[in-house]
Amino acid sequence: MMKKSFAVTLDPATSLANHTGSWRTLRPVNVFKLPPCNKQCPAGENIQQWLYYAAEGDYEHAWRILTEENPFPACMGRVCYHTCEGKCNRGFLDESVGINSVERFLGDYAIEHNLAFKRPVRETGKKVLIVGAGPAGLAAAYHLRRFGHTVHVVEASAEAGGMMRYGIPTYRLPRNVLDAEIKRLTDMGITIECGRKIEDIEAEKKAGKYDAVILGVGAGLSQNVDIPQGDTNHVLNALKVLGDIETTGEIQIARRVAVYGGGNTAVDVARSLRRLGAEPMIVYRRNRDKMPANKEEMDAAIEEGIQVKWLSTITGATKESIKIEKMELDETGYPQPTGEFEELPADAVVLAVGQNIDKSAIEKLKDLKFQKDAVVVDEQDMSTNMEGYFAAGDMATSDRTVTHAIGMGKTAARGVNAYLKGSKYQKPQKHEDAKFEDMHPWYYSEAPKMIRPELEVARRTQTFDEVQHGLTEENAVFEARRCLSCGNCMECDNCYGVCPDSAVIKLGPGKGYEFNYDYCKGCGVCAQECPCGHIKMVPEKI
Amino acid sequence: MLDKIKFYQTGSNTVGNRLLNPSMRAIQASADRPNGLISGHRACQGCGEALGARYAIDAAMRATGGQIVVVNATGCLEVFSTPYPESAWQLPWIHSLFGNAAAVGSGVAAAMKIRAQKSGNTNVPRVIAQGGDGGTTDIGFGPLSGMFERNDDVLYICYDNEAYMNTGVQRSSATPPSARTATTQLVGEHPGADWGKGKDVPLIAMAHGIPYVATATVADLRDLEAKVTKAMSFHGARYIQILTPCPLGWGTASGSTVTCARMAMETGFFPVYEAEYGKITSVRKIRQKQPVINYLKLQRRFAHLTGKKADPNVVARLQALCDTNIKNFGLLGDDEPQLTPAAIQSYERSNRV
Repeated sequence: MMKKSFAVTLDPATSLANHTGSWRTLRPVNVFKLPPCNKQCPAGENIQQWLYYAAEGDYEHAWRILTEENPFPACMGRVCYHTCEGKCNRGFLDESVGINSVERFLGDYAIEHNLAFKRPVRETGKKVLIVGAGPAGLAAAYHLRRFGHTVHVVEASAEAGGMMRYGIPTYRLPRNVLDAEIKRLTDMGITIECGRKIEDIEAEKKAGKYDAVILGVGAGLSQNVDIPQGDTNHVLNALKVLGDIETTGEIQIARRVAVYGGGNTAVDVARSLRRLGAEPMIVYRRNRDKMPANKEEMDAAIEEGIQVKWLSTITGATKESIKIEKMELDETGYPQPTGEFEELPADAVVLAVGQNIDKSAIEKLKDLKFQKDAVVVDEQDMSTNMEGYFAAGDMATSDRTVTHAIGMGKTAARGVNAYLKGSKYQKPQKHEDAKFEDMHPWYYSEAPKMIRPELEVARRTQTFDEVQHGLTEENAVFEARRCLSCGNCMECDNCYGVCPDSAVIKLGPGKGYEFNYDYCKGCGVCAQECPCGHIKMVPEKI
Repeated sequence: MLDKIKFYQTGSNTVGNRLLNPSMRAIQASADRPNGLISGHRACQGCGEALGARYAIDAAMRATGGQIVVVNATGCLEVFSTPYPESAWQLPWIHSLFGNAAAVGSGVAAAMKIRAQKSGNTNVPRVIAQGGDGGTTDIGFGPLSGMFERNDDVLYICYDNEAYMNTGVQRSSATPPSARTATTQLVGEHPGADWGKGKDVPLIAMAHGIPYVATATVADLRDLEAKVTKAMSFHGARYIQILTPCPLGWGTASGSTVTCARMAMETGFFPVYEAEYGKITSVRKIRQKQPVINYLKLQRRFAHLTGKKADPNVVARLQALCDTNIKNFGLLGDDEPQLTPAAIQSYERSNRV
């Protein structure tokens, strides 16, 4: 006991003895929310997370996070229609983050640095047959292989890739990129057998002692429309044209070509023909607003000098011309004929009005249930009505993009994995949405979007060279750093700094923060000042 | 490579950031910050003054290697941090009376100098005197002016929460016009605090021609830290006024403290600037300009200006007051500030706002 001065009766003490946490009625907690990009991604990529690592310059880690969901980042960074960017919260501030261009940067980085997928640590001994080596089949093969299953893929065409090879022109996806990403799959022990069409899948399953089958034969038949024509040679279908360009590199086609349709295939065909020296014209029955084709692709087509005839249907074709009828949209946005006709010079017509499943590939599976033009699947795990048979890709959906196919392939793989264990796969519960309103945009500074350089228009009409180039490392990191990190901590130290009670504990790099509930009074300043909405105030149990 | 790429995600607007070079982060971002005012103090939830005091004292401790003595005027800060026998301060701290913090600070500074001289120590501890707006602009104003006039080597920090919060929210000479306090109730023809009253102490401090005067808020931490650090690089009398919202007295949500201070800056209601030897040397520009109503509606002390019965003329007058600040100090864009802004009350008294 110290000797005390006059009028002093107590020893000095620290305020730490006073646990102000008992005042609290609300408690701050860290919540992990689902960013809009992740929610939108048809392949279920954890975009926010891989941007987080890309922003740090840890490209390999970023690529590993990315490829946990999608084995084709370099392809995706080129051909994905990146609907994620349309949902990006940064769009409310200035412009959405260029997710697609960073993805491509990571994909290219991985190819350049020969990054490989890890082989599974243990083999399960289960065998899975995959019919079709398109994006869905390959994605399913990849995920099954990661689970440790033995995967064999059988493909009817000469090479693997499906629509990525035979549907998407090389100016959008150079084949060396596709080959590199497919090779990475075979390197992890997936076997791909090309050039063989399985006639009887059930027999094949039995003979090969496969435990499950994933069907991914795609939709490789061009849909037909009836056009009265004098000379049949002049009406071609889009997939055949694209396939011929891919396999033979040459195609004999006339100069003035009418491409009939308004989807992405129509645009791909028109742009490919332009590169072969033709003068394609897209004929579409509705207007630009109603066009299903990707806006950026369409912009590029117009830039390259491709003419478009809106609100028109082709009613007849002769050797040198086509007859079109003008349409007008009714209140529901559906085109109605007007009875006005027009004649346009055209030497050939390419039909790009949709695709159907080639049912001959699966006709022996008599019990398989169809609805309209798709196999009926349970969307939870992509299982069909036949036990042990799963389906993915264009044959199981109406949303026919590579990204959707990859997402379905993943779900099918998880479905098969659960099936092989004797259970049924259930998609896990998603986190709460990260809304822009929950964020504190004041903290984000202005940063313009980085634009990818493109091949000059003049050269685009002559070569199949890739149109869009990648970002430099500097620009890619800049772009990754524009991410707002919606709903997930980015370690900005704001909560740690703004607490009037010093009741936030900083755990160190990569570890985030913790609340010291002994002293936290529950004022809520941290929650309000968190830029990304990672902190939520919840009522204290009393 | 990565260092060259600027960090655009949050720029320098957040406290720190994992992507920033540690030397570019705020002092408050470091895990080993001095924490001059530690946990367990009895400030209300969301207290702006507790936040401002930690920000300022930590910055001063960093700038001087912890060689600081703090003299505190009576007020919330004194009461909530030191209920006998506990103290939340991690440095030498003295409290004497409500009005004499500046005078005690002067004395401590003189004593430190003599002690160092006698012991042959060249390292003279620095002195910070601090208080609320009541203890600074009203009750302690005489000693403060004396400290300025003698150019004593003291940094005086005023935590401005615009009323006497400790005793129950009575009006001070820093209370803005129209604000409700216990002594300026919402009654009569002109509810709230009167127009044409009050004083602008930062400008008065500048008029003393002292080495350094600055204003800051708890919403711009880097600015605040830079100003305290800069103040410690000067010798002689220095004055910093920090706007520290008071959830209880202003009637704001406890979580809105920093947001409220930010609004005061972004509306131009509270101009943030610094001055050396009586001349303004820099102003903090408004980043995203806001109308004054966005500031008022956060606070119940201005509730009579935001409801259905609100008098639009009063809001317009407050907006004019903000606009005058913006013009006088050049708070927007590349505006050059006027060289000697007049006290805002002069505009009220001459009916120019």
